[in-house]
Amino acid sequence: MGLINTMHSNGADGSPGCEDLNNCLGRLPRFIARVQVQLRPSVLDPAGEATRAAASRLGVTGLQKLRIGKAVEMELEAGSASDAREQLSLLCDRLLANPVTENWSLELEELTP
Amino acid sequence: MTVGIVVFPGSNCDRDMAWALEGCLGLATRFLWHGDSDLGGVDAVVLPGGFSYGDYLRCGALARFAPLLNEVAQFAKKGGPVLGICNGFQILTEMGLLPGALTRNRELHFRCEPCELRVQPGNCHFLKGYGPEQLLQLPIAHGEGCYQCDPDTFSALEQGGQIVLRYAKNPNGSLGDVAGLSNAKGNVLGLMPHPERACDPLLGGIDGRQLLQNLGS
Repeated sequence: MGLINTMHSNGADGSPGCEDLNNCLGRLPRFIARVQVQLRPSVLDPAGEATRAAASRLGVTGLQKLRIGKAVEMELEAGSASDAREQLSLLCDRLLANPVTENWSLELEELTP
Repeated sequence: MTVGIVVFPGSNCDRDMAWALEGCLGLATRFLWHGDSDLGGVDAVVLPGGFSYGDYLRCGALARFAPLLNEVAQFAKKGGPVLGICNGFQILTEMGLLPGALTRNRELHFRCEPCELRVQPGNCHFLKGYGPEQLLQLPIAHGEGCYQCDPDTFSALEQGGQIVLRYAKNPNGSLGDVAGLSNAKGNVLGLMPHPERACDPLLGGIDGRQLLQNLGS
């Protein structure tokens, strides 16, 4: 792991206390990312339609729409939230989703050390 | 003259392809491992059918990042003949060598049956020797062969004569009955049907012979 922050003293020697524990420990911040990949609205979802039909056979009625996508959960280290977003956007655009048929959305949360 | 057949973990038509090319057509072949980074001087490349990388994530999505495929992309850009069949077609779209995407069949069934196709050869290298509107019978065997693309792309493909194979009776919901697409230059062809399974009369037909023979020309 490459360190982008150097170690800071923790105040015991009289220097100012460390406000960011990750920086103090020389670690990159850690994030949890949740990506939702969904078929574009114009793309047929035969698996979703078949599942909706099964739902009605189960007795769950009134489902007007059922679309199946993928959820991808990741943990990563990055210098900042914007660095993390940049990396994850590349990942979503080039690998996790196929832009011809799919859209994606991202939730990012920093993990407290 | 040697045809390279790319082998991914999960390929299952690689041996069939070698059998058809060597045994039926007398063309030399060489298997190329997906993790290598050298095409070894082959004169044409086949991406065979199967389930590369277990079809994880999406069909062809992981195969696209195999080291050898950088070389295949360069080879195609220089005009080298590249043929993708079934999973190979899915990989070509994921690589961006052909536009659009192949998605789950409309009725969800895995369709495994002979299929009648209409040829519009245009400038496609692999369809030399076939006449316009010629009908072929080739087997299909896929669960995700429903071709989709946006309307502008589809118009461009039609105007450019790149929709070189269409199903006479659409088995999977493909837009415009697309069964096979060529790139604009004509040196890359992706198709869902399996010509390697139609090279010996014992298997019910030989309509795939000419297409594969063109790998060697």
